[in-house]
Amino acid sequence: MTRRERAAVATLILKRLLMAVPSLIGVVIVTFLLTRALPGDPAAYFAGPAASKEAVEEVRVKLGLDKSLPEQFVRYVRDLARGDLGTSLTTGQPVVSEIRTRLPASAELTLLGLIVSMGVAVPLGILAATRPGSLIDHACRVVATAGVSLPVFFTGLILVYVFYYLLGWAPAPLGRLDIFFSAPPPVTGFYLMDSLIAGNGELFLASLNQLVLPALTLGIFSLAPIARMTRASMLAVLSSDFVRTARASGLSPFTITVTYAFRNAMLPVVTTLGMVFSFLLGANVLVEKVFAWPGIGSFAVEALIASDFAPVQGFVLTMAVMYVALNLMIDVLYGLIDPRVRIDA
Amino acid sequence: MTAVPALAVEDLSVEFRTRSGVVKALEHVSFAVGKGETLAIVGESGSGKSVTAYALMGILDPAGRITAGRAVLGGLDLISASASQLADVRGREIAMIFQNPRTALNPIRPVGRQIADVLMRHGNVPRVEAPARAVDLLRAVGITDPARRAKAYPFEMSGGMCQRVMIAIALAARPALLIADEPTTGLDVTTQAVIMDIIAELAGESGMATIFITHDLALAGQRADRVVVMHAGHVVENAATRALIARPSHPYTAELIAATPDSAASLDALASIPGSLPDLRRADLPPCRYSERCPRKVERCDAPLPRPALAEHFVACWNPL
Ligand SMILES: Nc1ncnc2c1ncn2[C@@H]1O[C@H](COP(=O)(O)OP(=O)(O)OP(=O)(O)O)[C@@H](O)[C@H]1O
Ligand SMILES: [Mg+2]
Repeated sequence: MTRRERAAVATLILKRLLMAVPSLIGVVIVTFLLTRALPGDPAAYFAGPAASKEAVEEVRVKLGLDKSLPEQFVRYVRDLARGDLGTSLTTGQPVVSEIRTRLPASAELTLLGLIVSMGVAVPLGILAATRPGSLIDHACRVVATAGVSLPVFFTGLILVYVFYYLLGWAPAPLGRLDIFFSAPPPVTGFYLMDSLIAGNGELFLASLNQLVLPALTLGIFSLAPIARMTRASMLAVLSSDFVRTARASGLSPFTITVTYAFRNAMLPVVTTLGMVFSFLLGANVLVEKVFAWPGIGSFAVEALIASDFAPVQGFVLTMAVMYVALNLMIDVLYGLIDPRVRIDA
Repeated sequence: MTAVPALAVEDLSVEFRTRSGVVKALEHVSFAVGKGETLAIVGESGSGKSVTAYALMGILDPAGRITAGRAVLGGLDLISASASQLADVRGREIAMIFQNPRTALNPIRPVGRQIADVLMRHGNVPRVEAPARAVDLLRAVGITDPARRAKAYPFEMSGGMCQRVMIAIALAARPALLIADEPTTGLDVTTQAVIMDIIAELAGESGMATIFITHDLALAGQRADRVVVMHAGHVVENAATRALIARPSHPYTAELIAATPDSAASLDALASIPGSLPDLRRADLPPCRYSERCPRKVERCDAPLPRPALAEHFVACWNPL
């Protein structure tokens, strides 16, 4: 990349960041209104069923819920600006510290799921496209159809039933680590990395063991869209004019498929990855429930059930920020692959 | 024509299997090109010019099948050659440039790298020397500031510039035969002439044979030594350019020449030729595929056509002019 191109990529990033500001403001407003619209009265909930009317009112004042909506909003934004997402009423912990421990759990799971599914789906899509009508092409089509029709909690339960209950190969689906282990000293928050950093191989294997089934569940879930997109985009590129030129120049099949076709075919696949990742964020909620994963999804669900505002707000905001960050990463990746983006930017 | 042609095509037939039936795209196509000679293939859209080129290059669509024929290039029959033999010939002995130079180049690879890829594959050029040799080739096709241009991407270049890059890619391995499929369509007139001059000059230097596919009979008349006229997958006439233009024998050729009154008009303006190409999926295609449009049709036209022998002036017609 030339200096001009690097500058263009930097401009691109800056532009995208600025463009994200209005959507983030929107998210702040919407989450505030949405959590206020939740059914149930949190004051009554936390005062307990036996509480007197006065006790409930006391809790209401303590939570600031007696104020008008605009007043509550101003307070909410002021706290946000200080990096304070409030305190969870159920756990009594600050939401920020809850998210800080739970987000890496979800992220580790989601990333591993994505890696698993890319590792299978991308080669599958390429092989299917280079051999149309072959066995592997049909296999790809089966995967693409089956993948979308299997609900994610169902896959999770089946995997648990077969590999834990029947075969006993997998550990009990009870979180990130077996109770006999204690978590590695946190550096990245990813147990796989932290255990390696701590030089603890046993711990690494133990956390990998716990990760396999839930990651597989997410992987199976995202297999279909990635495989389908890779196949379609490879097919399109393989019949394009420049691949015909490469063939006519006698370049080797490997160079044609990988250097010429695949790099071009990656562009729509990268876009799909962004979409798949946001699907995964949603699927996480279910998978975390099935595997008792102490992630951010299960945290949000529990808070939602308890009409606990602050964690729900914190969750939605975190997701929005993740989403913006993700799209930024995809834009950068796109710019790295495609010179047209970085030079035109 | 020299004694041993650079390429001799005999009886080439190609079919496409499609959902709506078998397209008999080429039937008994024969012609030869001598070393250093330029052969033009002309014909209206859909007459099978590109299919002929793709069949020779071995880059037909998967739906396409060569059902018969031989195409001998330097002692090797391209049609019956093994995949590995073809892989060595393609790009080295026989190269091709295409219409739409902008889409014919890899959009996300610097053009110098694309030339270097071919050099490393065919030219026995070591990896370290390939970039410099690519710059030499860019200079040879008349690109100014070639060292800087080698790092550019196709979208940063004009159509004419891209076509020069295509020529550099095609000629990287000094092939014995170059097929140029409408290399100047979509370029402005000045650039067209420049591109044709570059091809002619480089061909002349190395004694390379050239097959030049075009819609433009006038351009073919200026540039080619011989002209092959194709219609609906048949070669209808094959003659030295001067003879063909001065005294066309096939009724279709005559119509083409009449439809190209001055050298400016091209075959795109073929509305004046009555009728259209027959549907090549039909089971009842007549032996002469022009007979249904032909003003000189006689009874004998329902008999099988004379086979395209490699005659000096060949006409596939029972009632020639
Ligand atoms: N992949 C394919 N599948 C089916 N039929 C095809 C295919 N490719 C070409 N054909 C058919 O073969 C015939 C010849 O096409 P070809 O592209 O060679 O024409 P052409 O003379 O090059 O025309 P043009 O001047 O428009 O480039 C056409 O009738 C076309 O429909
Ligand atoms: Mg064509």
